[in-house]
Amino acid sequence: MTVPLTLKSHRFRAEREADWRRLDALLARMERGGAGRMSDDEVTAIPVLYRSALSSLSVARAISLDQSLIAYLESLCTRGYFCVYGTRTTLAGRIAAFFAGAWPAAVRELWRETLVSAAFMIVGTIVAFILTRESPDWFYSFVPMDLAGGRGPAASTQELRDTLFGSHGGDGLAFFSTFLFTHNAQISLLAFALGFACCLPTAFLMTYNGLMLGAFLSLFAQRGLGFEFGGWVLIHGVTELFAITLAGAAGFRIGWTLAFPGERSRLDALAEAGRKAAIVMAGVVVMLGCAGLLEGVARQLITDTFVRYGIAAASAFVWLSYFYLPRRDSP
Amino acid sequence: MSVPAGRVPSPTTAARPPDTRDPSLRVREFVTPEGIDLQLTLADAGERAAAFLLDVAIIAVLLIVFSLLSVGAALLAGLRTGEFVGIIWLLGAFALRNFYFMAFELTPRAATPGKRILGLRVATRSGRPLTADAIFARNAMRELEVFLPLSFIAVQGGGIDSWIAIMGIVWCGVFVFFPLFNRDRLRVGDLVAGTWVVRAPKRILDADLVAREQSAGFAFTLQQLDAYGIKELSVLEEVLRRKEPSTMATVAQRIRAKIGAAAIVATDEEFLSVYYAGLRGRLESRLLFGRRRKDKYDKA
Repeated sequence: MTVPLTLKSHRFRAEREADWRRLDALLARMERGGAGRMSDDEVTAIPVLYRSALSSLSVARAISLDQSLIAYLESLCTRGYFCVYGTRTTLAGRIAAFFAGAWPAAVRELWRETLVSAAFMIVGTIVAFILTRESPDWFYSFVPMDLAGGRGPAASTQELRDTLFGSHGGDGLAFFSTFLFTHNAQISLLAFALGFACCLPTAFLMTYNGLMLGAFLSLFAQRGLGFEFGGWVLIHGVTELFAITLAGAAGFRIGWTLAFPGERSRLDALAEAGRKAAIVMAGVVVMLGCAGLLEGVARQLITDTFVRYGIAAASAFVWLSYFYLPRRDSP
Repeated sequence: MSVPAGRVPSPTTAARPPDTRDPSLRVREFVTPEGIDLQLTLADAGERAAAFLLDVAIIAVLLIVFSLLSVGAALLAGLRTGEFVGIIWLLGAFALRNFYFMAFELTPRAATPGKRILGLRVATRSGRPLTADAIFARNAMRELEVFLPLSFIAVQGGGIDSWIAIMGIVWCGVFVFFPLFNRDRLRVGDLVAGTWVVRAPKRILDADLVAREQSAGFAFTLQQLDAYGIKELSVLEEVLRRKEPSTMATVAQRIRAKIGAAAIVATDEEFLSVYYAGLRGRLESRLLFGRRRKDKYDKA
């Protein structure tokens, strides 16, 4: 008995090797992001070559004992799988789909959590308002010094009025509003992530946000500036507070699903809740960008309180109708 | 009947407490729509951590370069446009911190530079396409896993009771070390996004070892070829691919002694390649008849 001159597995490999190498080269180009520079023939060849590589893999597993060949084919097929069944939409297409339907639909689906999140903030506002009205010293407990920026029970009424209507001379203002945007966005991402710790930290963050608002409101109301303060804060606050409420809602959804996954397995339920909440969060970052623009630009240009209320009402109308008005294609 | 070659943990290893270093325990069934199991291998905790540290290093370098450029531009431009540069810097740092991971994972490779270097990629656990919302979710969770613990460490000097900071760090540790406490090495972000990180290395197709020894002047008998099974064949394959003279000499000596082939005159490499070809041919032809001989103890 002598060694057979050619093994079946050797012949098998020799016949198909060229196709594998071709697929390998095409995938390498695709992975470098060169899909745009590839011809139609090359792009349509990938699924065909991928399927023949898959059948090679299953044959190789059955007849070949060449470990390195099987490992190569597994790696090639895995790369091919991710290429063929990976995402196919372009970035522009994804963004369009996001604004056209995915974002409002996700926000609508989180309506219960949104209400809960808003309730925490409102309760915080009311508590801080009452406490600060009873004793102005509470202000210092709720508002950190660097955020108060000279506003406080010690400031005179005129000084407080100036913070609402002063032009600030424009120095460093755009920088400040950019800082506020990045800061707020980071805080809302944190509120979202903290939802994983069973909602409690998110609830705390929401309440604390309300406490700060309530303390400010109470301070200005005591000096007879409540109405003006409302205009000053709401012109961007409608957008900003709404965004923060939604971030809290996204966090609540995750924490709640983790605790009570319902009929499905905890992992599956959590994965779906996470993706839904992520869509809302991407929108929150967009909203906070809008709020930053309103705060940095519109509020400095418009000093009339009624116009400020007008813009606040208009932005509330825009967001609410964008999110909650029924759509033809909505489920 | 067709058990995939050598990757499935045998029943005996499954009964023992799992050894996390054993790579076969990180192989997961992953059936494509065509019905083929791709047998994905999950990345282990060390690879994940290494990839993350590489990414952090890259972000740090980018941030430093970007900051130096900004400072330079601000000095050149003066105060008025200096503010503009400051805005660009703030937005750039924000984007770098939040969107570095997302932007790279949205590309066809679905991996950050750190993951690419280690041959890893992100995939959905369900096998469905990786969507942008999943990538957003898994990366937004870094706030909890990375930045919150860091902020507790940073706060220690800030007048807050150090016990609170320590308790905060311990609490955060639950999220930081989460991947070490589940068998799929999922971090919190993976859990929330329904993803995992798998190995997707680019392999090079090695030359076929049986192609080279057509002109050998000797052959083995069936009895000699029946001395070993598939497990020994793959060890032999590895030895032949590494081509380390001392290992080859030891292995050749062992085989010669076992099959009684001391009389065959050949170099170690020649002897081993011919034996490899013969053994593979023998085992593969038995495979075609439905007989998979696992190792040398497996007597038909």
